[in-house]
Amino acid sequence: MKINKTKRQNSHMQEIWRKLKINKVAMASLIVIIIILFVAAFGTYLAPYHFAEQNYDKVLQYPNKIHLFGTDNFGRDIFSRILYGCKYTVFIGFGATILAAAFGIVLGLLAAYYKKLDNLIMRIMDVFIGMPGMTLLILIIAVLGTDIKIMVLAIAISYTPTFARVTRGAALSVINQEYIEACVAIGANSWRILFKHVLPNSLAPVIVQFTLTAGLSILLGASLSFVGMGVQQPIPEWGLMVSDGRSYLRSDWYMSIIPGLAIILVTTALNYIGDGIRDALDPRLNK
Amino acid sequence: MVKDVLLSVQDLKKYFSTSSGKLHAVDGVTFDIKRGTTLGVVGESGCGKSTLGRVILHLIPRTSGEIIFEEEDISDVSSKRLHELRRYMQIIFQDPFSSLDPRQTVSNIIGEPLSIHKMVRNSEDYIKRVREVMDIVGLARRLENSYPHELDGGRRQRIGIGRALMLNPKFIVCDEPVSALDVSIQAQILNLMQDLQKERQLTYMFITHNLAVVKHISNEIIVMYLGMIVEKAETKELFQNQYHPYTKALISAIPRIKTEKRQERIILKGEITSPINPPDACRFANRCVYAQEKCFCCAPKAEEVTPKHIVACHYAKEINGLN
Amino acid sequence: MESSLLKIKNLSVEYTVNKYTAKAVNNLYLEIGHGECVGLVGETGAGKTTSALGIMRLIPDPPGKIISGVIEFEGENLLEVSEKKMRSIRGSMISMIFQDPMTSLNPIMRVGDQIMETILLHENISKVEAAVKAQRMLEMVGIPAERYNEYPHQFSGGMKQRVVIACALVCNPKLLIADEPTTALDVTIQAQVLELIKKLKVEFNTAMLMITHDLGVVRDICDKVNVMYAGSIVESGTVEQVFDYPQHPYTQGLFKSIPDLDTDSERLEPILGMMPDPGNLPQGCAFAPRCSKSIEKCRTERPDIIQLDDGHFVSCFLFSTEEE
Repeated sequence: MKINKTKRQNSHMQEIWRKLKINKVAMASLIVIIIILFVAAFGTYLAPYHFAEQNYDKVLQYPNKIHLFGTDNFGRDIFSRILYGCKYTVFIGFGATILAAAFGIVLGLLAAYYKKLDNLIMRIMDVFIGMPGMTLLILIIAVLGTDIKIMVLAIAISYTPTFARVTRGAALSVINQEYIEACVAIGANSWRILFKHVLPNSLAPVIVQFTLTAGLSILLGASLSFVGMGVQQPIPEWGLMVSDGRSYLRSDWYMSIIPGLAIILVTTALNYIGDGIRDALDPRLNK
Repeated sequence: MVKDVLLSVQDLKKYFSTSSGKLHAVDGVTFDIKRGTTLGVVGESGCGKSTLGRVILHLIPRTSGEIIFEEEDISDVSSKRLHELRRYMQIIFQDPFSSLDPRQTVSNIIGEPLSIHKMVRNSEDYIKRVREVMDIVGLARRLENSYPHELDGGRRQRIGIGRALMLNPKFIVCDEPVSALDVSIQAQILNLMQDLQKERQLTYMFITHNLAVVKHISNEIIVMYLGMIVEKAETKELFQNQYHPYTKALISAIPRIKTEKRQERIILKGEITSPINPPDACRFANRCVYAQEKCFCCAPKAEEVTPKHIVACHYAKEINGLN
Repeated sequence: MESSLLKIKNLSVEYTVNKYTAKAVNNLYLEIGHGECVGLVGETGAGKTTSALGIMRLIPDPPGKIISGVIEFEGENLLEVSEKKMRSIRGSMISMIFQDPMTSLNPIMRVGDQIMETILLHENISKVEAAVKAQRMLEMVGIPAERYNEYPHQFSGGMKQRVVIACALVCNPKLLIADEPTTALDVTIQAQVLELIKKLKVEFNTAMLMITHDLGVVRDICDKVNVMYAGSIVESGTVEQVFDYPQHPYTQGLFKSIPDLDTDSERLEPILGMMPDPGNLPQGCAFAPRCSKSIEKCRTERPDIIQLDDGHFVSCFLFSTEEE
């Protein structure tokens, strides 16, 4: 007589979601990001004032009931500018990261699976990693211009090697496992092995890297704007807003600090989600 | 009689290049396996038995020698033909955990061969065939959507066996299939494998270091040492008469459960020599109590000393008082 | 037989992770006499290693916890001594060797120094004297003293295990606990190591607790044996009693399911089912669900330990006096 162990097997996705739900911090961060995405999509319509609307009567007001985050030196409503600028932050951060991940994952998988390509790919990646990030970006932008799409591409190129490295490392340890040998034994071809078996099992570190990189991309985009190499005035990209408030830090701190906090909020939330997803993805944790 | 032979291996060699020289993992192995029988391959770590199994299945490329499967020379087979052949030659692994993709369900793992070889028309057919195999290997249907980590070693090994059986192979390399399992589960899996062999006329190459298990399941046994066969005989014969000094030591080293059969243990001196750039000599000589000058300068050839009993030792007959 | 070296009474150990509690050891009774070699056999999950760690008070807390029991070592209850006293006992009075020689030795320390370290921890002698002692110990385990300054990676598996044994015996402990010491080794190397253990046992007159799942090893070096299942001992006695006349259905089943070199069987007789989940042990006898001879009582009550012959004990209702 067998001991009764009824265990309804959930599908893979449901399992991941269930595990993620238990993680309170990750869930809170997820909510934050969802709000951010919402604002990115609809910020323009939610903003009470136009981002470029200048009002010389209301210059440099502290946060108050009408202007929730105060006004800047041109009398523009900071709250509206935050809402409006959100989509730039999101577009640059996620856009660049998605591109970097796409390039990097493919390169990393190929390097891990095909020994002959390994050296070639990784040495090229090393060249890029060797270049200091900001310098590389400034170089690209100086040559190609400050269009936001160029910014995204440039940041993506900057982070592709990181994804390639992480993917390659994870893939290498997966490829050493016997179940990959088993796939060869049953006749699977290389593509099937790479994308159906190696990639899904290498995802955990890649996902964490994704969220980290998304945060870093946002910071990088903000930094570029801060030094004037990115988005141009009067677009309220958060980094640019921080830069705008530099001279007023002593007296009107809210001009820089509030967009700064917004950047920190998004980056931190992304990190927590990354941790949460990585833990939830590991099928061996929480039996 | 020739039609009876399913697999024939002739002077098979596999060398690996290392920074210190060539590692002779498999060094000139020759044997036949008859259809429907089990060839046991025994030896200790470093003898090359696992490499041998993988080379035969083309999971590792061979260095030289011939592999003949059902009278077809598959030593240098095209990748297209290899893909077809994979249906007939399968492998069961030792570690029931690392040999299963942790992200795939039981059903996916067992049924993958069907998808790869495009042998099902629709998902109903797929599920039906997967369930059939699950029944055959003794896995409850409710485990269809379970993941390997949710199951114990015995069940996981059944998944591995199911996957190997899915395409109805003729030949299966079993690489230590029960070594990682608990004793009471080992018996269950061994019985299953025997039943499957009878029902489907399967041919096994059973690789193990456990002599009690190999005695139980094999018809014929080869004993390997540092990449070479030192002795080959039918099971019963081998356990009654060991002619090679290494085999003698191996069998005497096994702790017995029944006291009546207690015998003096032969303890080997020294350590196993390196498989890298081995000299032309008997590789066992440095540990052998019977070693003479000849043993250190000339590698012995495998010869039949009594009918169907082959030994690779210069002094096999003298040591054992034969002829 | 008169006064035992080690006496474990009613030991219970639990592991708790999140809300799941595993009863690893349940009311364990075990006795080891001076100089005796006692085997503890069972399959994975039976609780053998936990019992050994319990004796050494090495059970990680959390998640483990010793719920009850007494471990009498030379009259003293080890569960009540201070940690300081326990440290002085480990390595000098009771030593333990583990299964995997690969990870038991410090890879960046010379092997001779590792033995010396053990000596210096327990004996008040100079480094030079300790080094000499360590060298002598190496010779005793069959390793040339010149290899004192080599590192673990320069040794094969069997040799590493010899070094581990040297560390364990150098302070002449009264009891050596060996947890699957030869499982990871090749058969011929295992034979060498077992011969060594036998020789040293005689020379040092050390008592041994040999934990293993390999019945052949038990037969080879043990005087007495305890069969463990789901955290408790189901049968114990001398090796002859238990191996030649097994009484408990689990012991009998175990022998029938193992292929043996000396018997020819067409088919093995596996024990059906699986060991129970230690977090969900059945009420009553833990083996009852798999037992072909179980009766009603087995499912509701746990059997006591019953003495069959002189020294032969079994824990099964089939032998309770009421039945007779």
